[in-house]
Amino acid sequence: MAGSGARPPEIYGLMAEFETPTALVAAARQTYAEGYRKIDTFSPFPVEEAWEAIGHHDSRLSLIVLVGGLTGLVTGYGLQYWVHVFAYPTNVAGKPLNSWPQFIPVTFELTILFAALSAVLAMIVLNGLPMPYHPVFNVKRFTEHASRDGFFLLVEAADPKFDKQHTMDFLKGLNASEVSEVEP
Amino acid sequence: MILNPKPSTYEPPPLIEPGHTFGSITDKISAVVLSGRQPLAWVIVVSISFMLVGMLGIAITWLLIKGTGIWGINIPVGWGFAIINFVWWIGIGHAGTLISAILLLLKQGWRTSINRFAEGMTIFAVMCAGIFPLIHTGRPWLAAYWLFPYPNSMLIWPQFRSPLIWDVFAVSTYFTVSMMFWYVGLIPDLATLRDKPKRLWVKRAYGMLSLGWRGSARHWQRYEHIYLLMAGLSTPLVLSVHTVVSFDFAIGIIPGWHATIFPPYFVAGAIYAGFAMVLTLAIPLRKIYGLEDFITMRHLENMGKVTLLTGLIVAYGYTSEAFFGWYSANRYEGFMILNRMFGPYWFIYWALIFCNIITPQWLWFKRVRTSTVGLFLVAMVVNVGMWLERFVIVITSLHRDFLPSSWGMYYPTKWDWMTFIGTIGLFIFLFFLFVRFLPMISIFEMRTMAPKGTPTEAEGH
Repeated sequence: MAGSGARPPEIYGLMAEFETPTALVAAARQTYAEGYRKIDTFSPFPVEEAWEAIGHHDSRLSLIVLVGGLTGLVTGYGLQYWVHVFAYPTNVAGKPLNSWPQFIPVTFELTILFAALSAVLAMIVLNGLPMPYHPVFNVKRFTEHASRDGFFLLVEAADPKFDKQHTMDFLKGLNASEVSEVEP
Repeated sequence: MILNPKPSTYEPPPLIEPGHTFGSITDKISAVVLSGRQPLAWVIVVSISFMLVGMLGIAITWLLIKGTGIWGINIPVGWGFAIINFVWWIGIGHAGTLISAILLLLKQGWRTSINRFAEGMTIFAVMCAGIFPLIHTGRPWLAAYWLFPYPNSMLIWPQFRSPLIWDVFAVSTYFTVSMMFWYVGLIPDLATLRDKPKRLWVKRAYGMLSLGWRGSARHWQRYEHIYLLMAGLSTPLVLSVHTVVSFDFAIGIIPGWHATIFPPYFVAGAIYAGFAMVLTLAIPLRKIYGLEDFITMRHLENMGKVTLLTGLIVAYGYTSEAFFGWYSANRYEGFMILNRMFGPYWFIYWALIFCNIITPQWLWFKRVRTSTVGLFLVAMVVNVGMWLERFVIVITSLHRDFLPSSWGMYYPTKWDWMTFIGTIGLFIFLFFLFVRFLPMISIFEMRTMAPKGTPTEAEGH
């Protein structure tokens, strides 16, 4: 889990709760400016400024989807070429065996299919899902409000700057409505 | 006296009734699923539609025992209800993808209240559509090697030059991508449903489905990124699906099918039929579940406008067909269009014109667009009209071909009707199960419509 030593860590981190997305984003920016890096925010709907505030942007997704789409394109055309030129050549209305205009629809559909599959799988795998257990669910307020109307900021104990008392004071100074310890 | 001047800029009516907060939106939408109590209307609709599903089961079983001889098809009309119903259902599905993907890319905020159940409608409509190609030969177990390229002991492969194989790939891709798009959109809402109930098994069930979603900003970033990419991929996909469906006809040489107008005219018709079906579902739903706060009159009016626009494109398509009949100077094309209008199926053609061209003109009037009864009636007529359109295209083009000696008539049998009405039952049954077990409006997207939903507005972002 969090610690790198032999002793199991006492806590996973500290979690501060905010009432509005605006307050959450402001707090996240200050926490990042303070030098914390192992931080995360939780909101019941996407808040673009929140992931910008914690310095997160995963740009690999576009590339993965592009590669997925190109794989589908090659698979689609390759399959039809192989079937009609090598495996099962048939003369239809005197058209060439490699009658490419007629291979476009299937090629197109497989491009979309592979791109869409890789997009969804990339999102799920890179997000580390499915993950039925996560320490944040040990915070009672989190389970009640994170998927409803609560906005949370987490500082992990694994952060090099983390010091339980000091971080707690810092988070309280950010106008958090509540700061709680997160059991590992 | 100073008259009250009109505001200089047009303020559209709100997309959500005022007074809602993140919490109240969440509670109101999830209550439909979690309260465990369903209105009487739900019980009645599910009971009736389940009986229709039983009828569908009987019709398909008898088909598998006897073969397609129980249907009305014969030479010269070898394509009957199976293809008519397939095209009708696939078309209905298209509005869901249009709402969820194309309107997302166009930043149309009003899609948020209706995209979830419209996507559900897409999936169930494509399921109903998929039944027909599977059973249309009466011997579906043989379809495996006709349709799918897999190494088999006969060493034969599908014919990729045939539009019917394109259809297999287009429809199966469409179904898969629509399912993924729907599921991805559901993940955050499934997490909401996991966190609310007290009963452990309900929590567990929704917890499994939500994959342990916790609303982390890192997750949201990837989520939003791929959601946008999926919308970008679905947009050309949905246009390609009905284009390929129209190729089933347009690649053939039959007069009345072999027309370049077919792909755009089919796509417009699909969206037309689909929006009519969304209205048909949305108007009773918001009434039964009291969701007028979220599905407002503005939503219904916008859908009415899209229906009118696509209806006009469809009218252009019919006009073009008639024009081609004359301008091509081809005697078979000319005969075909006259036979459609004045031949033995004339009443179906004119019923089609009444349903699809004349009726939607009511939508020019704001009073009709803002009346639920008016919209519902127009939508029902359009649903019927779009089915008639496919009947006209399929049957009147086939029943009198090049040689008068091979002319004939097509009459559907009771088994045709039982299969068709059975799929309507299946569609309604699946849809109402969805309403019972999943949030029919996207909760997390609706939260962004609430006040305070735009966090950095004050900072001039």
